Amino acid sequence: MALRSLAIRKAIGLGKSVGLGLRGLQTVTLPDLPYDYSALEPAISGEIMQLHHQKHHQAYVTNYNKAVEQLFQALNKVDTSTVVQLQGAIKFNGGGHVNHSIFWKNLAPVHEGGGEPPHSSLGWAIDTHFGSLEALIQKMSAEGAALQGSGWVWLGLDTEFKRLVVETTANQDPLVTKAPTLVPLLGIDVWEHAYYLQYKNVKPDYLKNIWNVMNWKYASDVYQKECP
Amino acid sequence: MGSVTCNPLAPPSTHLLLNPSKIPKFCHSRRQLHGSQRASKIIAYYGLKTPPYKLDALEPYMSKRTLEVHWGELHRGYVEGLNKHLAKDDVLYGYTLDELVKVSYNSGNPLPVFNNAVQVWNHDFFWESMQPGGGDIPKYGVLEQIEKDFGSFTNFKEKFIGAALTLFGSGYVWLVLKREERRLAVVKTSNAINPLVWNDIPIISLDMWEHAYYLDYKNDKGTYANVFMNHLVSWNAAMSRMARAEAFVNLGEPKIPIA
Repeated sequence: MALRSLAIRKAIGLGKSVGLGLRGLQTVTLPDLPYDYSALEPAISGEIMQLHHQKHHQAYVTNYNKAVEQLFQALNKVDTSTVVQLQGAIKFNGGGHVNHSIFWKNLAPVHEGGGEPPHSSLGWAIDTHFGSLEALIQKMSAEGAALQGSGWVWLGLDTEFKRLVVETTANQDPLVTKAPTLVPLLGIDVWEHAYYLQYKNVKPDYLKNIWNVMNWKYASDVYQKECP
Repeated sequence: MGSVTCNPLAPPSTHLLLNPSKIPKFCHSRRQLHGSQRASKIIAYYGLKTPPYKLDALEPYMSKRTLEVHWGELHRGYVEGLNKHLAKDDVLYGYTLDELVKVSYNSGNPLPVFNNAVQVWNHDFFWESMQPGGGDIPKYGVLEQIEKDFGSFTNFKEKFIGAALTLFGSGYVWLVLKREERRLAVVKTSNAINPLVWNDIPIISLDMWEHAYYLDYKNDKGTYANVFMNHLVSWNAAMSRMARAEAFVNLGEPKIPIA
């Protein structure tokens, strides 16, 4: 019994040094959009942006915080089976938060550079790996359209081989679940909630129009950070 | 109630003659393109079954608009995709839709036709799992079996709605009769998977893909699931499916209800 509380105290000590902040569990918050809900029209309607941000993303944030809170308690009680059981909710909601946080930055209104093709090193890398920007767009749109169910389509950078890749992930799995060396440059949400109210089941139209508000500047910045 | 019209003339493939015991449940119709005299190369294998009610009959719980898009465009798209696949590959010729789903699932390594086949099956089943004036509670054998396997109807309802709310991503929630365990269970499946592939017998399904509820309820899955249980689910359909299932699964001595 004493050994156990000693072990917990040791763990807490370790936790303090790692900065877990045990007195106040760190929670995540819903990030603000860098533009108005209607700023991406006509590519994505204001109604969708508002629901997507205020309801869906908020739900991921709320549920992630709840799951992490429960995880924290289970860890303290050394309740291993609950810890394992919570992984599904953490992956789903945490992934949802991670993915959508990137997504909002991936998009920009036309008057702020949305849709402007990438230049400099990212543009060059795209031409090298895919032949042309059109080829990349074609590939991503095709993968997005072919995705069954819910998921994301990504333009990623393999930091190990310094190579651009197009990947899809299911549900809210972040890109790192495909390979730990992948860094997302651009992600397109192909869950139905991302387009259904406006495009109904015509997913290809959504995938065609979203390129008009794609924020290549963000992708370029991430790319240049990883490949200076 | 299907919209498939039967052409009893000779089947175009010899495969059917090898299995005279198989009664084909599908029919072939040849479409004439642009009024030309030559038969078109497209052979329709399956037709789009209309739901057993008018498209506005489920209002206000499921709008006519939802039915128009969900059935008229999405479901229709799956049927057309299925027929396109079948036109290419007559090894799959001669199967009923149930059999096609199980065969193309291929024990977890699905053939390309699986997705379209199973989604056609899923949607046929889903429309028939609902009725205008649905909801309420089941009666007789279905109710008894539910009470036996879940404790109470309320418990079952909670489990069913709970499953709908904890589904990650797209999928379906099923009330299914498990063959091995010989009992009812609530099962949730991802994307288009269907309990048929595990040899279980579906009794009721709820489509939890966002396209099923987004136009009417936006992100409010909870209200949608509750409305389905309270106002849409067809216990009549469940009753006839249970009756059929009991021909395959021995649930014990029948208790003849008194009047």
